[in-house]
Amino acid sequence: MRISLSKEIMKAEGKDQMLSSVVPASKEKSGNLDLLRGAKEKSMVKPMKEAKPIEECACPVVEARNFSFYYGSKMGIKDITMKIQPCAVTAIIGPSGCGKSTFLRSINRINDLIPNIRVEGEMFVNNQDIYVKQINLVNLRQQVGMVFQKPNPFPKSIFDNVAYGSKLQGIRKRGDLQEIVEESLKAAALWDEVKDDLRKSALSLSGGQQQRLCIARALATKPSVLLMDEPCSALDPISTGKIEDLIDNLKKDYTIVIVTHNMQQAARVSDQTAFFCLGELIEYDSTTTIFERPNKKQTEDYVTGRFG
Amino acid sequence: MQQIEKHSLTDKLQDTSSGTRPGPASGVSRGTLGAFLTHIRRIRRVVSERTIVCLIYICGVSAVIFVFGIFFFVFREGAPFLEHGFKAKEFFLSPDWYPTSATNKRYGILAQLVGTGSVTLVAMLVAVPFSLGTGIFIAEFCGKKTREIMKILVELLAAIPSVVWGFIGLMVMNPLIIKLTGAPIGLNVLNAGIIVGLMSVPIIVTIAEDAIRAVPDTYIEAAEALGATRWQLVRKVILPAAKSGLLAAVLLGVGRAVGETMAVLMCTGHSINIPFDAKVPFFHVLESVRTLTATIAAEMGEAPRLEANADGTYPTEALHYQALFVIGIVLFAITFVINITADMIVKGIRRKK
Repeated sequence: MRISLSKEIMKAEGKDQMLSSVVPASKEKSGNLDLLRGAKEKSMVKPMKEAKPIEECACPVVEARNFSFYYGSKMGIKDITMKIQPCAVTAIIGPSGCGKSTFLRSINRINDLIPNIRVEGEMFVNNQDIYVKQINLVNLRQQVGMVFQKPNPFPKSIFDNVAYGSKLQGIRKRGDLQEIVEESLKAAALWDEVKDDLRKSALSLSGGQQQRLCIARALATKPSVLLMDEPCSALDPISTGKIEDLIDNLKKDYTIVIVTHNMQQAARVSDQTAFFCLGELIEYDSTTTIFERPNKKQTEDYVTGRFG
Repeated sequence: MQQIEKHSLTDKLQDTSSGTRPGPASGVSRGTLGAFLTHIRRIRRVVSERTIVCLIYICGVSAVIFVFGIFFFVFREGAPFLEHGFKAKEFFLSPDWYPTSATNKRYGILAQLVGTGSVTLVAMLVAVPFSLGTGIFIAEFCGKKTREIMKILVELLAAIPSVVWGFIGLMVMNPLIIKLTGAPIGLNVLNAGIIVGLMSVPIIVTIAEDAIRAVPDTYIEAAEALGATRWQLVRKVILPAAKSGLLAAVLLGVGRAVGETMAVLMCTGHSINIPFDAKVPFFHVLESVRTLTATIAAEMGEAPRLEANADGTYPTEALHYQALFVIGIVLFAITFVINITADMIVKGIRRKK
């Protein structure tokens, strides 16, 4: 259903929802908030889909400089340099095994769970190199939320799932937690479906609801960046449509990086698209450019379905 | 029908791939010979399939047969006692165990029951925190190399024969306890509890570690991505998710402690005694006791196995041997109850999810 609609209609719809829906108010974030706010205003003035060159944005939230990642001696990604725009959706596409997920998972260092990894180059989040020794991983992960391929709620109640991150931060008061849970569930467009039954086990929800719950859980810690690793690959088209609408709503408050195998999805939801192949960044430009007049032959072959 | 066709097709494919001369000349002679070989092969496949299914079935059933077999033989040996000399009240509630008294034979196992219980309790107080800590450390906190070394060492602990443990209790712990506590004798509940606790550490550690490592990676990723520290991850995600496995580990440890014989025989002091007195509110760990298992091990050699008289009654000397088998039945029942409890708790946890 949604899938068959044209991109323009979807965009218009998305904007309507954006105006009407309840989204968390501007959050108290320390540090680079001012920079972020400036960027947000700038991007709000311009129409979203205008094909503008990437370099124009001066203050990327996430920036990789000559970033390489190795699993033992095997190379994961090689020499990536890219700046990710604040308050926009950046899609990463490419064939399997090209390093999309590796790159995404390097942004919050969740790859650290794997033994024998090695990193070269630099990765900046909010102007802080995150691969220096002094970095506090807990703080980093509160700034950079993540949604995984398969919905992975904890085997606890809906409330406890969403409140989990806040409890880790030491928020104990019942009232505060309730507020955070409600806010996050509303932001993830799940509140109306579950508000009467927050004590229910999260595992009793449908797959699409579980994935929105995971998004709510990630939003509850008030991150500035939201990473999504193929968030719809385990979902049916209707749930996928809901998640895509949600992404569209969230992008005015969050910087979203999404890895997807589905090129239509990348075209529908993203403002910028990066094309990875064999661990290298082949092309990175606005989504319209990538899909309509890519500069590289390889990109064109991939997006038109001639390989990959 | 279709299936058979498919079979013969695969057979043909195998024929051509394994045939040494696939030229057109051999094609004629293959007509009859090939059909024959195909037939043989099909029979062989069916036969081997059936044999293997049959073997697996026997293996599966054998466990049940063994359990029932053991129960049957133990019960058969103990049955005459249950029939003639057994009074439940005296047997379970009297601490008087005088099976060889010339004038007044009495069979009360209360002291041994309490002995087994107190040694097991002390053993678990020693083993559970120790082994769960080790399990968590091995599974979550240490590097790959340390983990391998630790696992080998823990398994080495399991490889020490129980008589060696008993020897350590007798020669090392005994003087140590006397020196540290001033107790008149070091062979007591504390000594045996520590030794048996250490003996059940490897079992608990191994199973606890498996349970912890079986927690789905997705939970761990999710918690890490939400900014959980290592300890928060363990406490809030891993331990709750591994709960049933950890419980199973502890109960297996309890089973081990209840069933341990040789080390206990050497370390408890082997005296019929209930370690309670008015002064100590709980029980006295510095008193000697005797356990059910040690009673069987120590007395089985001296108890004569006598045949029944012509009229079907047994001479009174035979009751001792039979009473020991009834103790075996009691041990059997205790472990059975422990296992059933564990099973029910684990199932309850599963249902709640």
